[in-house]
Amino acid sequence: MRHIFRYMRPYAPVVAWCLFFKIIGTLVELAIPFVLQHMLKVVAPQNDLKQIIYWGSLMILFAAAALVFNIVGNRLASRVARDGARSVRHDLFAKTMLLSCRDVDRFSIPSLESRLTTDTYNVHQFMGMTLRIGIRCPILLVGGLLFTFILDPVLTLILLSVMPLIFITVYFVTTRGVRAYLKAQRSVDGMVRVAREDCQGIRVIKALSRTEHENERYDRANRTLVRDEMRASLIMATSNPVITFFVNLGMVLVILFGAVRTSMDLSSPPTIIAFMQFFMMISNAMIAITRVFVNSTKAAASMNRIQEVIQADEDCPTAPEGAYPDFVSATGEMPHIRFENVSFSYLGAKPQVADLSFDLYHGETLGIIGSTGSGKTTVVNLLMRFYDPDKGAIYLDGKDLRNLDSETVHSRFGAAMQNDFLFADTVSENIKFGRDMTDEAVQSAATIAQADEFIRAFPEGYEHLLAIKGQNVSGGQKQRILVARALAGRPEILILDDSSSALDYQTEAQMRTAIRSMDNHPTTVIVAQRISAIKDANLILVMENGEVIGAGKHKDLLNTCSVYREIAESQMGDGEGGELHE
Amino acid sequence: MNNPSQIGGRRQGKGNAPKLSKQARQAVLKRTLKTYLWPFKFQLAGILVLMLTANVLALIGPKLSGNAIDALAEGPDMDKVIYFCVLMALFYLIAGVLNLIVSRLMIRISQKITYAMRRDVFAKLMQLPVSFFDKHLTGDIVSHISYDIDTINASLSNDLLQVCASSVTVIGSFIMMIIISPVLVSVFLITVPISLISTRYRTRKIRPLFSKRSAKLGELNGYAEEMLSGQKTIKTYHREEQILSRFDIRNEEAVQAYYKADYKAVIIGPTVNFINNLSLALVTILGSAFYMGTLAVAGWPALLTIGLGDVASFVQYSRKFAGPINEFANITNEIQSAMAAADRVYRILDEITEPEDAPDASELTEPRGAVDIENVSFGYLPDRTIIHDLNLHVEPGQTIAIVGPTGAGKTTIINLLMRFYDVDSGEIRMDGYPIKQLTRRSMRLAYNMVLQDTWLFCGSVRDNILYGRPDASDEEIRAAAKAARIDNFIESLPNGYETELSDDGINISKGQKQMLTFARAMLSTAPLLILDEATSNVDSRTEIAVREAMDNLMAEKTCFIIAHRLSTIQHADKILVVRHGNVVESGTHQELMARPSFYRVLYYSQFQE
Repeated sequence: MRHIFRYMRPYAPVVAWCLFFKIIGTLVELAIPFVLQHMLKVVAPQNDLKQIIYWGSLMILFAAAALVFNIVGNRLASRVARDGARSVRHDLFAKTMLLSCRDVDRFSIPSLESRLTTDTYNVHQFMGMTLRIGIRCPILLVGGLLFTFILDPVLTLILLSVMPLIFITVYFVTTRGVRAYLKAQRSVDGMVRVAREDCQGIRVIKALSRTEHENERYDRANRTLVRDEMRASLIMATSNPVITFFVNLGMVLVILFGAVRTSMDLSSPPTIIAFMQFFMMISNAMIAITRVFVNSTKAAASMNRIQEVIQADEDCPTAPEGAYPDFVSATGEMPHIRFENVSFSYLGAKPQVADLSFDLYHGETLGIIGSTGSGKTTVVNLLMRFYDPDKGAIYLDGKDLRNLDSETVHSRFGAAMQNDFLFADTVSENIKFGRDMTDEAVQSAATIAQADEFIRAFPEGYEHLLAIKGQNVSGGQKQRILVARALAGRPEILILDDSSSALDYQTEAQMRTAIRSMDNHPTTVIVAQRISAIKDANLILVMENGEVIGAGKHKDLLNTCSVYREIAESQMGDGEGGELHE
Repeated sequence: MNNPSQIGGRRQGKGNAPKLSKQARQAVLKRTLKTYLWPFKFQLAGILVLMLTANVLALIGPKLSGNAIDALAEGPDMDKVIYFCVLMALFYLIAGVLNLIVSRLMIRISQKITYAMRRDVFAKLMQLPVSFFDKHLTGDIVSHISYDIDTINASLSNDLLQVCASSVTVIGSFIMMIIISPVLVSVFLITVPISLISTRYRTRKIRPLFSKRSAKLGELNGYAEEMLSGQKTIKTYHREEQILSRFDIRNEEAVQAYYKADYKAVIIGPTVNFINNLSLALVTILGSAFYMGTLAVAGWPALLTIGLGDVASFVQYSRKFAGPINEFANITNEIQSAMAAADRVYRILDEITEPEDAPDASELTEPRGAVDIENVSFGYLPDRTIIHDLNLHVEPGQTIAIVGPTGAGKTTIINLLMRFYDVDSGEIRMDGYPIKQLTRRSMRLAYNMVLQDTWLFCGSVRDNILYGRPDASDEEIRAAAKAARIDNFIESLPNGYETELSDDGINISKGQKQMLTFARAMLSTAPLLILDEATSNVDSRTEIAVREAMDNLMAEKTCFIIAHRLSTIQHADKILVVRHGNVVESGTHQELMARPSFYRVLYYSQFQE
């Protein structure tokens, strides 16, 4: 809650004006029943029509003033909520962009998404609500009680005795109801899941003639949902009749005790009528305030989830100069990339990379091959410093990665990653990716990536709009656009992580040839499952369970590494592999 | 009392509900009444009576309070006051209890109806042909069964009741006010038009702003989701600043749209209060004047005579009267949304189901696995033929491979074989029987298949494996998993075969999913097997491992294999090369390689430099 108010603090002057308008607006509204009492009690018996019109006009004036002041106040409240929500969302998003990959893993992307969407929405809504209702209702409550106290202190006690009943009812029904609804929401998810699964698996279901079984499975989910939804609705349904009864009961008590007081000449019928009006106003305020209360717990929870992210540590920090020693080459030739006894695990359990060492010189190509989960991508993640190794060191031109500022590190790389993302914008923008580069650069990169031809085939060419996640292009086209993005910056080091798997062999071969003939000769790291993608590399690492089980050139590996040979044979055609591949 | 609390609040209308034509509305209404409400006719009638009673009792309340105040002003006459107060308390109590009962009953009924609707829609989905699911997005279908039915449910449990209750309240209060003082009723000549104007303003001006607000928020959320998924890439290229500034633009649009909607919407609350205050003021002015006349002027006209109690009860009635009028716009919008939702639901219920099996259809018993395709032509759309005059004879135990570029119609052949679609012309026969003359169930059960889209459902690993053969024993399941080379993985899971597979639960790779579907297929004894890109998610190393299992699976079965990697199909008895919907070549690997064929081009491109 503290944090929500912290975000509203910069707008203190607006909040002050908002308070001013809301207070005045609420007070004039409270004055209306007061005038009513005065008119019926004092003015009417005076038999002076002018006086009635005078006081009546005052009532209408008050009503109009309440209207204007409340609208102005509410609008100011919306303004504060807008500005506050804007900065909460800005801070949160800015932070998510800077989170270290470890933290992203820890929070998980769906959770970060819901923090950015649902939680910021809740906070936005709450900011507006507090200022609109959170100010008005306490004033109505306190002011109303004050006015009634002036009118008749004893009757006020009746009011005070009924209010807690309303608060308790609303509070408990709502909190319990909200809990029940959350449970029902989970049952909705369950029901939807069955429906979704079955829509997707309809072929299997029909092929196996299991529709009866699916009907039963759905029926179970449906029944659970109906049960939970009913429970939630039934809880919520109690509040209305109960509260209405309490309010009405309060009215009856006011009249009853008012009568006793009148008989003792301590009160009068007009006072009681005015009292009933106050009663209405105050109980409505009571109900609204309870709702703000319930809502505030929701908003506070949301804000906590937001704060968790905002307060998380920044990306891997740059160590001060000299914190890690540089690599000194004994031969005098400095490797471009050097891994030295590197071990790493994502969650501190089973190592994804164990004791990995290799040297790669300028302009050379490294190929990494292995089955799913063997640690190929982890090597790339470490090289790009998305994670720091648990043990060992990685050197770039002899400098320990941890000593380098991540921006300078990344500026030397061009990477097309596995499952990388394309976004809803033009092809050209997807390749540029916000970098300042010419159309020629984009086109030449696309040409090397074998993407130019199909891009030009789009009616709008490079201005062709991609859908979210590039859903309107094929897997192979996606990969080629990503490679073009990686090439467009003319990087010193090029990383291609499984970025040609969807291409046919012919296109893949052309792309490789084109990359090799680039004039700046980037050092290249290729991660692949296909032998064809890496067989010309200067160094090939065959990985399994985080360990390198074979290293060397294609020809050597065919003889020395049985796993490599098996893979090669399976991909080159049985028995014929040895001859055919040239 | 003007419903002091609407807990939970109104469902936020997302803009104006799409309007149905009058006939469509009537049809929807009639169908809902007949199919879903009619079975509850007696309960509903009972509820109506209870609700009317409750509302009438609640309506008498303010009049009684007026009487009590009059009694008070007369002396006070304490006996009378107590009498009226007790009566009032009693009435309110009964009304409250009845209202509670009514809403509980209504919730029960509406939940029963919702249950029935969901059941009907789902059962219908299970009967629909596969083509329905190919033509519609899963998300859309799911939204009918969840969101649309929810909308109907909310409307049934809430709006139906409220419309009845509000009508009683509005009419009842009006009558009571006329009884108390017909002249004072003239106050509404001023306030009701203001209410109507503000209602119109709400529907016309504010709702579109709210739709815009949701749209902008949706855009922002979409952008955030998209960028979060690319966080690593953004880091790689150090585009955080640019992305943030683009996010800020969308954030600005979203908060501004929110603000603009709020800017107009925050008028509503104060306006409702203003109308209440204004009528209070007007009633007070007129009431005081008449009261003054009643007190002071001899021969004051009876029509204008009014007591303090009358003023008190009139004020209460005026609030009761105004409340529903303010809510009117919301309710009609909700009912319209519900009708549109019901219309969409009924459209699904009216979809044409998979045609019944022919009346004289026979069961395919002990299938051998011979398949004949004779002069078959087919297209998904009437004017676009995909398969042209296809002929194929398959002996039991043969392996047929279908190769060709993506989108060439390979999967279409499978769709026809399993009768997910019916051929346009020609005939497919199994063991000599035309498949149209066989029951779908027996014909499809002769097939076993592993598809590229691995389909696993939320449930235990065991349930997923035995899906095709629910009676399989534990040993058989283990043997199948072992044959599919997935047994080690399963045993390494926290609960072994009982581990629940779920979207957010354990991490299971695409390849492992595929292996599980292999295990599922291993359990089947069907004589025909379809492998549609079955190993595309499995890396080469693993593929070598499952090759043996696959060979076991394929042994003595008639197999149809669709494959990317040509190495997997070299031993097929016949290879069909499909291009642009036509079978352009067919023969064995050796035959096709021996001559200059498209197949040869495809084959060599795998290894080309």
